[in-house]
Amino acid sequence: MREEIIIRVGAKFLAPFIIMFALYVHFHGDYSPGGGFQAGVILAAAFALLALVYGLEAVQKVLPLRFTRMCAALGVLIFAGVGVVTMLLGHNYLGYNALAPDPTHPEHGQHYGILLVELGVLVTVFGVMVTVFYHFAGRGRGDS
Amino acid sequence: MSIVVDIVLFTLLGAAGFALLKVRNLFAVVMLAGIYSLLSAGLFTVMDAVDVAFTEAAVGAGISTVLFLGALALAGHHENRPGHTPLLPLIVVVVTGGALVYGTMDMPGFGHPGNPVHHHVADHYLEESYDEIGIPNVVTSVLASYRGYDTMGETTVVFAAAVGVMLLLSGARRPRSRGGGGGETAGEGEGA
Amino acid sequence: MRLDLFVSHYNYWVVIFLMMVGFYILISRGNLIKKVVGLNVFQTAVFMLYISMGKITGGTPPILVDPYGAGEGHNGAEGGPEGAEAGLGGTETLHEAAAEVMYSNPLPHVLILTAIVVGIATTSVGLALAVRIKEAYGTLEEDEISRIEAEREAAE
Repeated sequence: MREEIIIRVGAKFLAPFIIMFALYVHFHGDYSPGGGFQAGVILAAAFALLALVYGLEAVQKVLPLRFTRMCAALGVLIFAGVGVVTMLLGHNYLGYNALAPDPTHPEHGQHYGILLVELGVLVTVFGVMVTVFYHFAGRGRGDS
Repeated sequence: MSIVVDIVLFTLLGAAGFALLKVRNLFAVVMLAGIYSLLSAGLFTVMDAVDVAFTEAAVGAGISTVLFLGALALAGHHENRPGHTPLLPLIVVVVTGGALVYGTMDMPGFGHPGNPVHHHVADHYLEESYDEIGIPNVVTSVLASYRGYDTMGETTVVFAAAVGVMLLLSGARRPRSRGGGGGETAGEGEGA
Repeated sequence: MRLDLFVSHYNYWVVIFLMMVGFYILISRGNLIKKVVGLNVFQTAVFMLYISMGKITGGTPPILVDPYGAGEGHNGAEGGPEGAEAGLGGTETLHEAAAEVMYSNPLPHVLILTAIVVGIATTSVGLALAVRIKEAYGTLEEDEISRIEAEREAAE
């Protein structure tokens, strides 16, 4: 597929928009359908598209396997870390109200908590999907 | 109107499922599975589950197809004709399906607002979540706040699956050899 | 009466048909990748069963239409059977409209949303196993794998 000019230009043109859309889906997930799971998958799809058109090596220069592997673990750490932080602040595990102690508006803390937790989900899903894709696509080329 | 869309989508889904059964070229099977996912995403939209439809379209028709194609490129795409007679599986399937259909007779009808499933905790989520959480999308607030433990568990499962794939696929690829040399690959079990 | 039963249950029956198609692929086909596809079909059918249960006829997706009215006014129980007649006598048309909205049940959506992502993760593990089996045995067909195993045992 590396010689097809339309596919090459089309993929290059589409990729930033797909990444932008993923971020929109993530940050607008409170008000419309969407959230961390969907955003992570869409973000991974953008890089899968680039890898299919430009080859795995080109994409791995931008997004090395080491980084995506780290992402996969980092997201779980963010999620669990939010729980530990709320516990240190004296609330229950994942009791987001601790993040903005404001008795008149308990939902502020919930906002922060949900945003952070969804960020963790986004990072993990993105890292996992890209890592798995790299392993399937890179198998049989000597290294992985 | 929505019931027409419903029935058309269900018919197409049934056709796609049947084609999945019959086709033996695995590339075609993977493409059909993508179509099946996309159709079910449409059906989720008709049934008001917009978040789920979104996920199914992105996962089932997008990433999953790419992963299947990657696996086929590594493992070959031909499926043998089934050797044994399909009679026994057919009997098992018909009996199981019959039992399940019999089971649905006691289920409350589709779409009634008075069904018990809508009155256990869903009422609370719909009425109170804006006061307690403060965001309009109830699915997000249930996902991330009321059922945060669930979601954390699922995130961990996804991470564990990635670890599994890394363990399975990141070793050096051994040259395949039949017969005598095969002891290397199956050697763990035999201790040869 | 029979027609009534059909209209209120056909969703479940189609779901069961799809489930059984997946089950049949799983137990009657020998190719391991085809089995994974069958498992996916089965899985999607289960998702549809859950979502069918969450649907309310005439409902809308569970994204609050007028959260301020719903939050401050407490105009009655959206999503409940009484949500339909919860209008407050036409004091404010906007709030009244919001009070009459019936939302489908969000709980199955949440469960299935996460299940889909977990499903693709476990599918990828299954595919990775299939790839390793192909490398070890040179085939993905169940009966050929057991034949090779039997030959190896005989050669011991």
